[in-house]
This record gives sequence, structure tokens and C-alpha cells, in this order.
Amino acid sequence: MKVALRDIRKYFGQVKANDGISLVLESGQIYGLLGENGAGKSTLMKILSGYHQPDSGQIELDDKDVKFSSPAEALANGVGMIYQDPLDVPSMRAVENYLLGRDLRINLAYSAATSEMIENASQLGFKIDPQAFIDTLSIGERQQLELLRLLALGAEVLILDEPTTGISAEQKEGLFASIRKLAKESGKTVILVSHKLSEVQELCDHVLVLCKGKFVGEVDIPCSTERLVQMMFKEIPPRSSRVSYLREKNLLELSQVEFEGERLAVTGINLTVRAGEVFGLAGLEGSGQKLLLQACAGLIQPKRGKIILDGEDVTRFSYHQMRAASVAYLPAGRLEEGLVAGLSLIEHVALARPQKGFVVDWNYFERITQSQIDKYQIVGRPETLVHELSGGNQQRALFALLRSPLKLLLLEHPTRGLDVLSAQWIWQLLLNRVEEGSSILYYSADLDELVERSDRIAAFSGGVMSRIVTATETTADELGHLIGGEE
Amino acid sequence: MNDSELVRILSSIVLQSTPLAIAVCGETITERAGVVNLSLDGTMLLSAMVGFVAGLLSKSVWVGFLAAAGVGALFAFIIAFGSIRLRKDQFAVGFVLTLLGDELSAFLGQNYTRIPGQKVSHLGIPLLKDIPILGPMFFDHDLVVYFTFILVGVTWWWMFRTQHGLRLRSAGERPEAGFVRGINVNRLRYIYTLVGGSLVGIAGAAYSLDIKLGWSEGHTRGLGWIALAIVIFGGWSPIRGAFGALLFGASKALAAALQRRFPEESVVVFNATPWVLMIAVLLLVGSDATDRLIALVPRRFQSRLRQLLRVRPPGALGTLFIPGEAGGE
Amino acid sequence: MSLGRIARYLWPAVPVLIALVITGLLLVVFGVSPQAGFGAMLRGAFGDQSRVLSVTAFWVPLALASVGLVVSFTAGLWNIGVEGQIVIGAIAASWLALKFNFSGPLQIIFELLAAMIAGAIWAGVTAFLKTRGKVHEIFGGLALNNLAIIFTNYLISGPWQPPEGGTFRGTVPFPTKALLPLYGDSRLSPISVVMVIAAVVIVFLLLRGSYWGLKLKALGKNPSSAFLLGVSSERETILALMFCGALAGLGGAVRVTSWFDSLRQSISGGIGYLALLVVMLSAFRVLLIPFIAYFFSAVLNGSITLQLRTQLHSSLGGILTGVLVLMVLLFGELRQLKRFSEGRVSSRPDE
Repeated sequence: MKVALRDIRKYFGQVKANDGISLVLESGQIYGLLGENGAGKSTLMKILSGYHQPDSGQIELDDKDVKFSSPAEALANGVGMIYQDPLDVPSMRAVENYLLGRDLRINLAYSAATSEMIENASQLGFKIDPQAFIDTLSIGERQQLELLRLLALGAEVLILDEPTTGISAEQKEGLFASIRKLAKESGKTVILVSHKLSEVQELCDHVLVLCKGKFVGEVDIPCSTERLVQMMFKEIPPRSSRVSYLREKNLLELSQVEFEGERLAVTGINLTVRAGEVFGLAGLEGSGQKLLLQACAGLIQPKRGKIILDGEDVTRFSYHQMRAASVAYLPAGRLEEGLVAGLSLIEHVALARPQKGFVVDWNYFERITQSQIDKYQIVGRPETLVHELSGGNQQRALFALLRSPLKLLLLEHPTRGLDVLSAQWIWQLLLNRVEEGSSILYYSADLDELVERSDRIAAFSGGVMSRIVTATETTADELGHLIGGEE
Repeated sequence: MNDSELVRILSSIVLQSTPLAIAVCGETITERAGVVNLSLDGTMLLSAMVGFVAGLLSKSVWVGFLAAAGVGALFAFIIAFGSIRLRKDQFAVGFVLTLLGDELSAFLGQNYTRIPGQKVSHLGIPLLKDIPILGPMFFDHDLVVYFTFILVGVTWWWMFRTQHGLRLRSAGERPEAGFVRGINVNRLRYIYTLVGGSLVGIAGAAYSLDIKLGWSEGHTRGLGWIALAIVIFGGWSPIRGAFGALLFGASKALAAALQRRFPEESVVVFNATPWVLMIAVLLLVGSDATDRLIALVPRRFQSRLRQLLRVRPPGALGTLFIPGEAGGE
Repeated sequence: MSLGRIARYLWPAVPVLIALVITGLLLVVFGVSPQAGFGAMLRGAFGDQSRVLSVTAFWVPLALASVGLVVSFTAGLWNIGVEGQIVIGAIAASWLALKFNFSGPLQIIFELLAAMIAGAIWAGVTAFLKTRGKVHEIFGGLALNNLAIIFTNYLISGPWQPPEGGTFRGTVPFPTKALLPLYGDSRLSPISVVMVIAAVVIVFLLLRGSYWGLKLKALGKNPSSAFLLGVSSERETILALMFCGALAGLGGAVRVTSWFDSLRQSISGGIGYLALLVVMLSAFRVLLIPFIAYFFSAVLNGSITLQLRTQLHSSLGGILTGVLVLMVLLFGELRQLKRFSEGRVSSRPDE
């Protein structure tokens, strides 16, 4: 199906998310949609898939004008989107999700749907148990299920939003193979939204680049990375040369540590993090790396083993004791787990600092907050409520709240959702910490980030930690295999 | 105690539990769609009163039930409208309606207290009622009881075996997922909140027209809260909820039997039973007690048992859904 | 002045008007002219000095419980259990009044303290059920309310039954020194008014300027973020509920030592539930509490007079306040109450 977008505009208040974008996409082709954060990729795709309505502009499918008032209407016209976090219902079975929203005949055609699903899955080389509950499936499997559902409903245009975040190298291979098959054999139009240049180069035929809400240009693959980066940023960000501040002293030692999450048991963790070290953890979502951070933060109690922090046995410490022992934990969800929507920056600063007495000295904290705002270049005032800040500024605010000095910094996805320059800036802050002597233990779904930023890396797979590799001697490819449980 | 007495007690437990089971079923439907109707206690009081008076004036129990269902639907509508349209806190609105229903029932029903009224007539089902033990227990009652059996069964089937049920559950579990599949989440929430509320109204009238005949101030006070707790205990399943109502009825019957034995001391025990029970069952489902119990059974049964005993509220319970704004990031 | 502006100024009066119209209609339906009905209520509340004193005396425990609830609501907790906390406070004060004999003013001071401790403990049970047993405070509190009332009935009909026996209405009157000093022959103790003022000031300062207040605010808005920022959710949940329970218990003591002179069957009679309405109407602004609570107290006392005059059930007062709060909740701008419904919604564009 041929897709044409004509002069699409979409403003959110002052923000011009899409500022007159025109594109033409041919059937049977795979397109990569590139752009830094805020370039308008997601907005454009949500407009094409009916999630948002454009303020002005037309969508044409096979040269016919169409207007979508909902995603369902877009799908009825052949446009389907797979979201980064697949929009399915966790407490239902796979087949129920497959059926949800289809015709209203009173009896559900379970058995017919089950066999249809299995057949379609096998054609694409997927294996999903129709009876499995969604919350027991991996993100990769849930994407496959969504793909099957969209195809069953007649999708001719497929939009995939960051589909490789949190899936294994093997699953990625499978997904890419099926996408190629769908485009080349079935003539589907495929759009891959991504900011991973290597994947775009691997899979796509053409690349479309957006910058600040405008369409910058189209290039055919193969094409050099430098060229793509230049189109995205107009300038090439300097690739940082990694400085290591590794010291001799061991800061954190875990020996034979075992702990349990809701659905996963992790055993036999032996790990030593040295002072000034940046230690990265790789792994699919829910493979145990988050549990390890939580165990080090005192949020879950190990069942067995020993955790030593700077010579002190902290195995039985609670989160608040860990905090007092100069350990900080920054979770991935900023407004869910990091900041309190409805409180101002100044109130956050007062909360995060060690309590002195009973009465809060607001004048003192106003000064402190202002200086932090200046130092971390936060766009806001001390009285600004945190939920009114933009995502990047919220991330900065979180860093501004960290105490100083810190022994150990535990981070989840430190730069997820940030563009290259913001990510660069965050890592500069982190390196300053490391220079002061803090150690960092973090995990990320971005393998390139892990290789580039860490001193050493370990991968998690199904609750088992791999051997530890040195970052300078490894590649994203090797990590991908470790994530898949290979040695 | 001989056999026939035991059968009589069991039969009365089934009978006594029906209004509660209806209310639990109604609230389960509402909450499965993602809305909390906290006003059950007030709704049931007012609908018990209105049902009784409407039945009395029209000389027909069915008019009484209809009027009661109307009251339940009205209160449910206020909650749905307040939360979906006006985006106000449904807990607060529900709580105010609880008190308002109580006061309104006392005021409007002040001239109808303690007078005889209509009663649903007894209707044993031929043949079935002659089955030993089970017959008198389940099939020698009246239409309200049979309605409850059918209601629970149909609700379960609707929820878990039809496309409508999938849509209902998606609205309460993950409305964004329903939205991208073309489901009008907020309209479903309106509909099911109204259906659930009507059932709660019918439950109120089932007391005043059948199980606890007549009207007096505070006639069903407290039972609405019990029903809300049973919804949780029942893990948002109509069948488990009905089972919970039955269990509650049984323990009340047990307390009543105890009271007959020791009339002096046990009035306290009798009155306190429902509330102690409420804390106990919520503790049971809230704490990890069930997990520990599951760990005791053989490993191969564990996952099935966990599935059966799983108590997890609908993912989007009590939250707002604005199409096109939430999720999908 | 533009029309829009006028509308904005008049907007708050609309819920009051609706509440008056609905109650007025109910009066008409039951054969009483609204003029006569509302007149009777007004005279019943403010007709003469003794009635004003009576309204004030009823106001004290209501205001105390409401002020306490501001604290628990700030921490995001639905302390429906406040009713039981009032009752248990009344029981504790009665226990000291009936069974102990301290010299002089120590008697009443100990009674008040005992009531506060008992209320705090009763609230602590709800809190503990919540933090350790994951029982929502609405259900825990509600069950404990009923248990407290059942306990009262047990005491009055059992161990604390008056010697002449069998009335099931209350205990024997307490000795004078076990009561709060009253103003004239009213049921109002001036000391209790001081308690309300003190409570308002203390809570206002706590929420505005203390670390504890800040922690409760954070906890109320986002428990998991607050926890990671170093707020102990369990500790603050327990403390917030216990603080509220102490004030409610104090209110219960005022009920038995000045409004009544003994422990009665319905010693609170729904004051706790009324207090929840007061707080919702105030949108958690503690300085508004005394005024709203006073209005509620006037309406309720007026409706009791209405019942005496016209035989109409006194629940009309409850209907008036209930409709008022409902209207304000639905159509007033109470942004603070949106926490439950808006918690998960982001209104941002992408990324």
C-alpha cells in the first residue's frame, strides 16, 4: 500500500511537534524513521496510525484521501502500529488478546482463533503459546503477538516503534527476518522508528530523517553512519574518549548472593565493583539485573550470601539504611518512582537532604535549590512543580537531588528516551561523580551505551549472571550473545 | 442436631446469602470495568426503602424491584458521570453518596417503618426440590434465589467467554489496549457501572421484599461495606464472589446458632462476627498467607492453584481514561 | 463587571442553592412549607443563647476530628475509621471517670490523655493492618468503627451497667470533677474551644513548616517516589493515622465529659463521618475547617429542632449537608481530590 503524507502539522501548545511534514512511502519497502528526541517521529507515526489527529494536512493511502479518528479506524484502512510497550492486556491469555476488539458474535471462537494464530505464527517462524498469559511473555513475544493480530486484521502498512528495545539478539534476528519477508513477499509497507543507526542500516531500504518537526531528507541504504548522524543533528557530536577513574580499592563485594523476585530467582551472584568503576549490566527486561540493583539498594533482602560495602557488612540493610550509607538508587520511571508530582523543586530538595531538626528552613532551601538549578541547567524556578518540567529537565532534577559525596550510584536506564546530546550531558555528570570516587552500577537496554560507557560488563539471562567482560575487549555483538544465555 | 435440621440451616444460609451475592456480582461487574462504586451501603439502604415502598403502593414486588434498580442505577450514574465526565475522585463521590443514601432512606421512609408489605412468593421447583439435601438447599426457594444463581452464572460466562467480556475486562485492565482496538472504553464504563449499580439496587430490594422483610431505619446498614470487601475476597470473579457471600452467610448462621446456645454472653460475638471476618479475609488475601499455603501443596499443582487463588485488582481500577492521551509512549 | 466575572463570584453559592432547593422540595412533599421548615432550623441553631452554645458544644468534637483528618488526608489516607476513634476515646475517658479517682484537675487531664492515647492506638491498628496486612484503610477503619460501637454497647449493657439495670442507654453519670468545667448550664466547655483553636494552629504549622508535614505531603502524592526520597511510608502512615486518631479520641472525650455526662449508646452518632464531609468541603485547608464544621453543626442542631417541631425526621439536615458536599465535589473546583483519578495520566506530548 502506498502511503503519502501531505503537509502534516501538529502542535502541542507552543511545541511544533510536526511542522509541515510531507512524505511518500512505497509498498514492499522498509523505511527507517530517524531523528533525535523531540524530532517528531512518534507524533507523526501516531498521526498515521490514528492515535492523534493532525491539526492540518492530509493522509493518502493508494492515492485516496483518508481521515482516521481512532487507531481502530486506521487499522480498518490497513495501517497498524506496534508500540514500544505493546498495548495488550497483561491479565489475559494470548489468544484473548488476539481476539479482543474483533467481531461481537456472542460466542468466542476460541478454537478457530487458536489454530489460526498458531498457523500464522508458524509462517513467520514465531512460537507463542495461545494459552499463555501475557504477563508471562517477554516483550519480544508480545510484539510478535501484536504483529500477528495486526496482520490478521489486514494491516498493509506496519509501523514498529523502537521494536528492539528489550529483546534478545536472537529475537531481533527473528523479527527482522519476518519483517523482510512481509515486505518482500507480501508487499507490506514497513516503517521502523528507531534511533539505533546500526539497526536501521541492517534492516531498512530507505531512511527518512526528521529534525525539529520537519522532514530533512531521504537517503537509500547503504549509507554511511556519519552521513545519517549529520542529517539528524546537522553536526556530529564528538564521540567521547572514555576516561577511566578505576581505583584499587574494592567498594562493593557480593559473594554467593541469592534473591527472589516475583517470578524469578537469582542465585550465585559473585561480583566485585571497585571504587571509581562504572559497571554495566545487560539483559532483557526481567532477567534479574533490576533485582540485583534493588538488592544492592536494600529494596529486596537477599535470601543467602553476603553484601559488603566499603568493608561493612550491609547484607541485612534496609533501603533507608543503605541511603544513609551513601548509596543512591535512581529508578527508570521519573515521575512514577523518582519525583513526586505536585511538589515543587524546593520541596524535593528539602526532602532529599538530611533532615536537620523539626522545622524546615525554607529560605535556606530556596538558596540551595536556586544554586542547583543553575548548576544543572534546569529550566525552571525553585517553586516550579516537577510535573511541569520537561522529561529531560526532570532527569536533571533527579541528578540534582543526589547527595554528595556518594559511594555507590545504582541506575536504571540512565539515558532512556534522551537524545544523543542530553545523554552525553548525563554521562558527563556521572563521570564527574566517578572522578570524585563514586562507583556506578547500572543497567541499560542499549548495548552500545554499555560498551562505550562501562569499565566492565556482565549480562543477565533468566536470573543467571554471565562471565564478566571488559568493555574495551567486547562488542555489542558479544553482549547480545551473552544476553541470549550463550557463553 | 439431626439431618433435617442441618438441611434447614444449609437451606437458610443459601437463602440469606442471595442479596449479598447479587450486590457482590453487581460491584464485581462495575470494578471489572475499572470503576469503583463505593456507595454500596447507601445505595442498598435507599433501594431497600424505595423497593419496599414501591412494592407496597403498587402491590407488586416486581414494581418494587424495578424502582430499586432505578435507584441503584441513578447512584451509579452519578459516580460514572462524576469520574468519567467531570474527572472527579470516585472514592469521594462514592463516600458522600453512601452517607446521602443512608440519610435519604431514613427521611423518605420515615412513614413506612415497621409495617407489613409485599413479599416475593415461595416457588419450589418441581422434581429438583425433591433431590435429597441439594433439593431443599437450592431449589426450594423463590425467584430471587433462582435469579441469583442464573445471574452469577451468566455474569461469569459473559465476562470470560464472550467478546463483550473481553472488552469489559480490557476497559478495567488496560483501557489504552482497548482503545487501540476500537473499543469505546468510557461508554463501556458507563454501561457497566449502571448495570452493576442496578444490581446493587435489586440486592437492596431483595432484603426488604424477601429475605429481611419490611423497612426500618438502617435496615441493611453495613451490608454494603461487607459486599465491597467480598468483591476483593472474591478476586473480582462473580463465582468466587458468590462463594464469598455464601461463606459469609454460613459464618453468620454459625454465630446465630452459638447465640442460641449462650444467649447472654454471645450477643457481642454475634454482632462482631461480620467485622472480624471482614478484617480476617482481607488479611488473608492481602498478606502472603495464600502464597505460603500454596507452597505447601505439591509443586506441579502450584501454578494452577495460584491461578485459581490469584487476587489481583483490575490494572486500571479507579483511574481515569482519556482517549488519545494516555499510554502509547 | 463582566458577566463571566459575576458568574465566577456567584459560582460557590450554586451548590448551596441546589442543596437548599432539594431540601426545600422534600419539606414541601412532606407537607411543611420551606419557610416554616428552614425557619425552625434557623431558630433551632441560633434562636437564643442556649442554642448557640449547644451548636458550639456539638461543633467541638466535629472540628477536632476534622482537623485530624486533614493530616491523614494529606498523607493520602482515607481514615474512615475516625468514627471508631472518637468512640474509643469516649470509652477510654469513661473508663478513667468511672473506675479511677485522681486528685483535682488531674482527673480530667488524665481522662483527656487516655482518650487521645486510645484513639491513637485504635487508628494505629488500622494503620498496621494497612502497612503489614495490606488491608485498605477504608475497610480496616470501617470494621473497627463497628467493633468500637459493639464494644460500647457491650460495656453499657454489661460490666458498666448502672445498678438499677437493664436500660441499655448509658452508664451512671460521672462525678463532677471527672467532667470538663461547663459554661453556665450549657453543654459547652470553654476549655474545649481552646482545644480546637490549638489543634487548628498546630496542624497548620505542622503542614506548612515541618519536615513531617512535607513528608506526609510527598507520601500522599506519590508513595513510591516518597519512599525512594527517604520517606518511610510505613512509619509516616502509622504516625499520620495515629495523630488523627488522637484528635478524634480527644473529641470523644469531649463528648462524654461535656456534651453528655456519661457513656451513651451512640456516643458519636456519626460525627466521624460528618467530619469526613467537612474535610472534603474544605479541600484540606485547615483554616477553613472551624467555619465549615460550625455550619454543619448548626444545620444538624437545627434539624433536631425541626424534628421536635414538625415530626419530620432529623435526617433532613444530613441530606442538606450531603447534597451540598456532593455538588461541590462534582461541580466545584477541588483539584486536590483528583489524586486517585489522575495518578496515571500524563498530558504531555510524546517523549
